[in-house]
Amino acid sequence: MKALMFGWEFPPHILGGLGTASYGLTKGMWECGDMDISFVIPKPWGDEDKSFAHIIGASQVPIAWRDVSREYVEQRIGKYMNPDLYFNLRSHIYADFNYMRTNDLGCLEFSGRYPDNLLEEINNYSICAGVIARTLDFDIIHSHDWLTYPAGIHAKQVTGKPLVIHVHATDFDRSRGNVNPTVFGIEKDGMTQADHIITVSNLTRNTVIEKYGIDPAKVTTVHNAVTPLSDELLNVQATKPKEKVVTFLGRITMQKGPEYFVEAAAKVLKNNHNVRFVMAGSGDMMDKMIMLAAERGIADRFHFPGFQKGKQVYEMLKASDVYIMPSVSEPFGISPLEAMQMGVPSIISKQSGCAEILDNVIKTDYWDIDAMADAIHSIITYPAMYNQLREDGLDEVNRITWDKAGAKVIDIYRKVIADRQ
Amino acid sequence: MKAICFYFQIHQPFRLKRYRFFDIGNDHYYYDDFSNDDIVTRIAQHSYIPAAESLLRMLEQYPNFRCALSITGVALEQCEQYVPEFIDLLKKLAATGRVEFLAETYAHSLSSLIDPEEFINQVKVHNDKIEELFGVKPKVLRNTELVYCDEMAPMILNMGYKGVITEGAKHILGWKSPNYVYSAASAPKLKILLRNAKLSDDIAKRFSNTEWDAYPLTADKYMDWIASTPAEEQIINLFMNLETFGEFQTRDTGIFQFLEALPYFAKERGVEFWTPSDAISKLKPVGELSIMHPISWTDESRDTSAWLGNKLQNEAFEKLYSVSERVRLCDDRRLKQDWYYLQAADHLFYMATKHFADGAAHSNFSPYETPFQAFTNYMNVLADFIVRVEEQYPLSIENEELNALLTTIRNQEREIETLNKEVTSMRKNIEHFNEEHLLREKKANQEESASDEPVAEKASKKPACKPKAACKTKATATKKESKPKATAKKK
Repeated sequence: MKALMFGWEFPPHILGGLGTASYGLTKGMWECGDMDISFVIPKPWGDEDKSFAHIIGASQVPIAWRDVSREYVEQRIGKYMNPDLYFNLRSHIYADFNYMRTNDLGCLEFSGRYPDNLLEEINNYSICAGVIARTLDFDIIHSHDWLTYPAGIHAKQVTGKPLVIHVHATDFDRSRGNVNPTVFGIEKDGMTQADHIITVSNLTRNTVIEKYGIDPAKVTTVHNAVTPLSDELLNVQATKPKEKVVTFLGRITMQKGPEYFVEAAAKVLKNNHNVRFVMAGSGDMMDKMIMLAAERGIADRFHFPGFQKGKQVYEMLKASDVYIMPSVSEPFGISPLEAMQMGVPSIISKQSGCAEILDNVIKTDYWDIDAMADAIHSIITYPAMYNQLREDGLDEVNRITWDKAGAKVIDIYRKVIADRQ
Repeated sequence: MKAICFYFQIHQPFRLKRYRFFDIGNDHYYYDDFSNDDIVTRIAQHSYIPAAESLLRMLEQYPNFRCALSITGVALEQCEQYVPEFIDLLKKLAATGRVEFLAETYAHSLSSLIDPEEFINQVKVHNDKIEELFGVKPKVLRNTELVYCDEMAPMILNMGYKGVITEGAKHILGWKSPNYVYSAASAPKLKILLRNAKLSDDIAKRFSNTEWDAYPLTADKYMDWIASTPAEEQIINLFMNLETFGEFQTRDTGIFQFLEALPYFAKERGVEFWTPSDAISKLKPVGELSIMHPISWTDESRDTSAWLGNKLQNEAFEKLYSVSERVRLCDDRRLKQDWYYLQAADHLFYMATKHFADGAAHSNFSPYETPFQAFTNYMNVLADFIVRVEEQYPLSIENEELNALLTTIRNQEREIETLNKEVTSMRKNIEHFNEEHLLREKKANQEESASDEPVAEKASKKPACKPKAACKTKATATKKESKPKATAKKK
């Protein structure tokens, strides 16, 4: 089966959970066998893992005809794309886009991030998708998250192939209910036009059904999984303070519920001094959190090391005794699974999608700071609790693999294609 | 000839309230009164009371019907508190003389696995409670959740029980049948009654299961099964929770009618009803049964993994019993009460992390959402409890040293008591003597003419015994004092 996937991020250059999930899922589907996947991203860096999917960069897709030699293409973009594909794409340009700001190869520039002109970039991406859809041969279209829905819809309109959209998050999660109407519009449009919708948790599935008014029969949950960590990351060295360490890792934004973590920390510190709290990450609520920690008089025990990159994340986890994710609304939340892979017991909010599939974690309501404080105290005070969660958690998380999720997605493909015929 | 031995278990733990770690050291009340009241009352109304009434009717109608009950001390306490009418029914049952009450641990504890002294103590406390309430003395022991292994047999025999009840676990029996009386390998005088798991669970678990091929189960059919067991298998032990009737199998399944119809169909087939004591006195053991590792009647594995199957449970269990010696030393009644309530095996049961079929059974009964919550809550309570024990006896003093000091204190107490007694008797003697003396003097005055000698002689004899008595008390005192010193030296 041939699938055309539209995504926004792809490891190793990722900004959030979307890239990790897209990567894992694609690889998991490839492991199931008989899958030929073309994965479109806005801007490849050339160091992506291409072993299981054809990576196509929208920034290398010509949308305006340029008379260039094969050698020139090879020299310019050979690192990212086979020149044959370039010429093949060039012969499928469907309209005159010379009015747009194209480069010497007739391609558009993409940042591949979340710039201020994001909506423009989304639109450009969808223009490239039109060329790709006319060029390649595939059975199904799969769009990851709202940024790529317009591209998926375009491809569907051009080819008539079924469209599956993958909801990694909705704007309701990001904004605690105050949705951006434009984003909502794009999401709603994608969901309406899709032949099937995959959500990362039942929590998200309910949002899709209730807030976007989608027919429940069209929405299926496929929980995310984790990619096993390399030995290098598992054995990363970290210096541990003599106190216990409780860690929060993630964007410090409203969605992640950082203030509940600070309040719980204040409760724990009232009775237990053998502990330090770390809030790693950055975000628009960071300054407010620093103020709050100072106000509670726990600033000497509450640390803000800032945004952590790559290996630093694993060093941080290695040094931690407890991982906490008090998200107010989390479509899935892959980070506690990563903490569990590193052998760190996790506390997660019941309002997180991953709570649906995890047993060996402590689940509390995000607002229940008493329960959260109690759980923290329990893990750092009773070795049995720590060990039980650590060992059974490791065992559990190692069984959550992407090939299982991939198989479910392939089943959905089959069903959607069969319904078409 | 065949007989059915029925025994029904009644137990309810004192469920703990949500106890946060910041309550440690501040709040010493641990129980969720509302839910305890609610659950006990509900179960009593749905099950215990109607079931006891059914049994009473059966006893009345069929003079040969007999059965046994086992009620934990903590369940009795809750019934006394919330549903005293049920206690009255139990008294009525006891008054028929055909209902046997079994011995068990007062707190429904697993002390037999870790702390023999506590186990013996609890069985004794439970015994006293049963005797006080129902006026009967238990003769057969059933340990908490039918936990039993070879190691316990001599202890049980020494406590004066002739029989013990346990599970007819397949991995122990192998080809053997549970429908005989066995004797314990480590104490051949102790007889073992084994639960017939299949026939017991047909009632307790499968009765209302419509997917079961034997559904619907009628008393007629059930008695046929029992009657069709090999003729030499004389005793069918049907042990189950009393909650089976009305709670696990709800009233509308017809479970009460089924129960009440059993004696009729039993009579038709010549099947008798015995109590465990009857079975033990009437039947000879067919062989010895050796059980190396503890078994129980819970979960598929029929071992102790339901309570001690993971790290959480073992940690909690060991922490709890680490203070048992100290708790036994003290006489704070509230502390002792909490000590019993906290020992209930149920608290450990809630911490099980088993999955699949057994997991459902665990979460069904648990007031907690997850085993981790159960552990956290219990450990917080236990932490407070240990703080209270430490307040009584600081941890810096070793148990043995403490023991020695306490014996000294107790010996001195006893000594003071005896001395006091002697002082009072002496005083009486003196008074008596004085009175006599006065009388004599009066007499002497009156009979001045008569001789003085005999009076003087008598008077001199009395004080003579004084030093003698004093000597005696001194001797006993020194004897007792030397005892603690000896133990201290040993250490």
